[in-house]
Amino acid sequence: MARQPDGPPPPPVVQRLAIRYAKRGRLRFTSHRDFARAFERALRRAELPMAYSAGFTPHPKVSWVGAAPTGVASEAEYVEIGLAEAREPDDVRRDLDAALPPGLDVDAVVEVASKGLADRVEASHWRLELPGVAPEEAERAVTEFLRLEAAPVERLMKDGRRTIDARAAVVGMHSRGETDTGQPCAIITLVVRHTTPAVRPDDVLTALRQTVALSTPITPLVTRLAQGLLGEVPPAPGELPQLTDPLVPDVAATTGLPPA
Amino acid sequence: MPVESANFPGIWERLEPLLPSVQKPIQYVGGELHATSKDWDETDVRWALMYPDAYEVGLPNQGVQILYEVLNERADTLAERTYSVWPDMEAVMRTHGIPQFTVDAHRPVRAFDILGVSFSTELGYTNLLTALDLAGIAIDACDRTDDDPIVLAGGHAAFNPEPITDFIDAAVLGDGEEAVLRITDIVKQWKTDGRPDGRIGLLQRIATDGVAYVPSLYDVDYLPDGRIQRVVPKRAGVPWRVSKHTVMDLDKWPYPKRPLVPLAETVHERYSVEIFRGCTRGCRFCQAGMITRPVRERSITTVGDMVQRGIAATGFEEVGLLSLSSADHSEIGEIAKGLADRYDGDNVSLSLPSTRVDAFNITLANELSRNGRRTGLTFAPEGGSERMRKVINKMVTEDDLIRTVATAYGNGWRQVKLYFMCGLPTETDDDVMQIADMAKRVIATGREAAGRKDIRCTISIGAFVPKPHTPFQWAAQLDHETVDRRLKALKAAVMNDKNYGKSIGIRYHDGRPALIEGLLSRGDRRVGAVIRRVWEGGGRFDGWSEHFSFDRWERCATEVFADTPVSLDWFTTRERELSEVLPWDHLDSGLDKDWMWEDWQDAIREVEVDDCRWTPCYDCGVCPTMGTEIQTGPTGRQLLPLTVV
Repeated sequence: MARQPDGPPPPPVVQRLAIRYAKRGRLRFTSHRDFARAFERALRRAELPMAYSAGFTPHPKVSWVGAAPTGVASEAEYVEIGLAEAREPDDVRRDLDAALPPGLDVDAVVEVASKGLADRVEASHWRLELPGVAPEEAERAVTEFLRLEAAPVERLMKDGRRTIDARAAVVGMHSRGETDTGQPCAIITLVVRHTTPAVRPDDVLTALRQTVALSTPITPLVTRLAQGLLGEVPPAPGELPQLTDPLVPDVAATTGLPPA
Repeated sequence: MPVESANFPGIWERLEPLLPSVQKPIQYVGGELHATSKDWDETDVRWALMYPDAYEVGLPNQGVQILYEVLNERADTLAERTYSVWPDMEAVMRTHGIPQFTVDAHRPVRAFDILGVSFSTELGYTNLLTALDLAGIAIDACDRTDDDPIVLAGGHAAFNPEPITDFIDAAVLGDGEEAVLRITDIVKQWKTDGRPDGRIGLLQRIATDGVAYVPSLYDVDYLPDGRIQRVVPKRAGVPWRVSKHTVMDLDKWPYPKRPLVPLAETVHERYSVEIFRGCTRGCRFCQAGMITRPVRERSITTVGDMVQRGIAATGFEEVGLLSLSSADHSEIGEIAKGLADRYDGDNVSLSLPSTRVDAFNITLANELSRNGRRTGLTFAPEGGSERMRKVINKMVTEDDLIRTVATAYGNGWRQVKLYFMCGLPTETDDDVMQIADMAKRVIATGREAAGRKDIRCTISIGAFVPKPHTPFQWAAQLDHETVDRRLKALKAAVMNDKNYGKSIGIRYHDGRPALIEGLLSRGDRRVGAVIRRVWEGGGRFDGWSEHFSFDRWERCATEVFADTPVSLDWFTTRERELSEVLPWDHLDSGLDKDWMWEDWQDAIREVEVDDCRWTPCYDCGVCPTMGTEIQTGPTGRQLLPLTVV
């Protein structure tokens, strides 16, 4: 007989917490794998009463919801954890944030009222900062891109090169200029529906370069601003669709109030 | 020297847009938990500490982490870290003119007062040259100006720094904790005095103090046959011999207290505590055991406190109890039980690099894995035959080993790993073939003890490299053709066995990298030209098989040594006489050369010597020469359960 761990099974999950965190500044170069490891260590440093899986190598109960690519900053990443003892969500937010290095910041923790966090992230709102690109030039590229039927780009995947359409998943796109810096800098914002395979901001940038000849002399800075559900109501012309934060139903269930 | 005001070109601003184009950019970003960034202008002495390998290997290095913390605890001192960059990053840095930088505050390495490089292995030498070149520091020490840092080598390889004396300004032998503080004092005083005589003045002060070896202040003369005639100080006041440093009382130096926790994945992801330093088992091949004498234990209570604080500070799930032979701590049983009790049910795992073949090790391993998976146990018999183990003074009989592994399999361990060496002095084909017999006996006994057939044994074999400051320093290294032939024959003997072949795994590397390691280990100043040529030809990361090129090393050695009495073979496969002046004879590890020669003769005669911790002193020379003594327990103290607040 193979050895089994002695003693009773680990205590069950009594509370689920949904967490929104950000990856900012230089720590945007943290890969998801790196972040997951750092997060588990932070859980230990914060001394949270995590629930663990059974067996010889118990794992803390952590479920990830997607992840921004390495090198992309994000204001809106999500993860769910299971605790073996209930805690005040805001205490967890404070302790966990203190246990993570500055730049990996825990912005919101709410008690999960209903499952399905993953189903509530349907699309992402991205910001592409393009130093060295004149705003008029970005405006032209966006207008032309939105007129396209399709924008096929190649990407290296696990199973080799594949062509994906970077246009179809784009729900809306907008551009403006940044005026407070010395050099020209265009800002493109866009909302991209989550599809399989996913269309990443990099794919859209590739498409902008290849199909509508946008030139980006300096590496663009990409940030995920939000994730969530696309609204029922179509946006006004020239506006981007609004995304509903996936924590909203949980906040509403806990406080009885609509979120701020 | 270097820069007194922090008006640096912004390295980070230039680096950041380039990072998306390199592999694993997080390794160049810094931002580890417990990383320290100090104000440049507020400190007097500034160190850049380098581990000359990739970040993933260098970051967990204990030595660098200890010195980083010890130096940064001083208000007047700043220490930052730098690592070897991968070739893709090197290319990017060269294209964009970005110099070698520290990961803490992204400052240029050249701006620091001292670049301290820790060499665990000689195979990091080419990486030193890459870093110097990227930093804009002249590769040849003699070409450096007052605007360049002092390049200081440390670590075990620094016990024979002769092959890199062209490239370094000084070398520290032995424990670094007190030595770096003393060097800091010297640099600070020299600055306060108005930097008299510039860089040379500073090096002269370091040499005269005796804290470090300054190779440029010594002349080496050679005999017509290529051997060294003598090594002489060039100036009055420079010592004839430079001694190693020994930290006494490890309880006073409980570092690392706040270990670095990286975001990037590294080779060791655990909190490691050194439970003692030094080893007097007397294994004749083991340079670490010879140069770190005497044994100095850290007490059970300090170990307990360090583990408690280390876990809380890092969030690591694993604790490693490190030393050269951890089961030899006088209170290891109490430490293991105390920690296992304390962390029972906490999902903290404890590990002990258990290399001694001893049933007691199994008891320990059982304790440490009390509620965990029992996968593999590792033992290091090192020599395949009884005779061979007498030669190397690894005092373990085959029956000991069989009893030990039977206990292991009987206690639910599924896999046993055995380490051996090939190419040991006096070794014959038969000595190596006996490894196969031993492995088969291990499986046969193990199947019986476990009552099942699915147990495994892995044998892992490395090629032996004779090292300076060991009784084998005079030995001929075995040529790589013979090493490879013996290992192939061994592999065939194991694989072709119908009963046991499938239960035995065998792992070895070809013998060629070991020959180059041999050249770099026992080389003298003439080897520097080979290192330089290899590096110029593209040599990088020689410790990585995918980067190492034996052909390049062999070709460069042939070219450099053409028309000289020496050669690659002369440095490696040639046996030395007692009368020969060895390149490291003026560097004092405390070991008495006559005692070492006697021990070498005993090896050939297959005479063993016992550990001086439990038998009378056999006069290796270290304690009286260095003014040190064995520090062992037992203290009789216990680890208490953590108090619940």
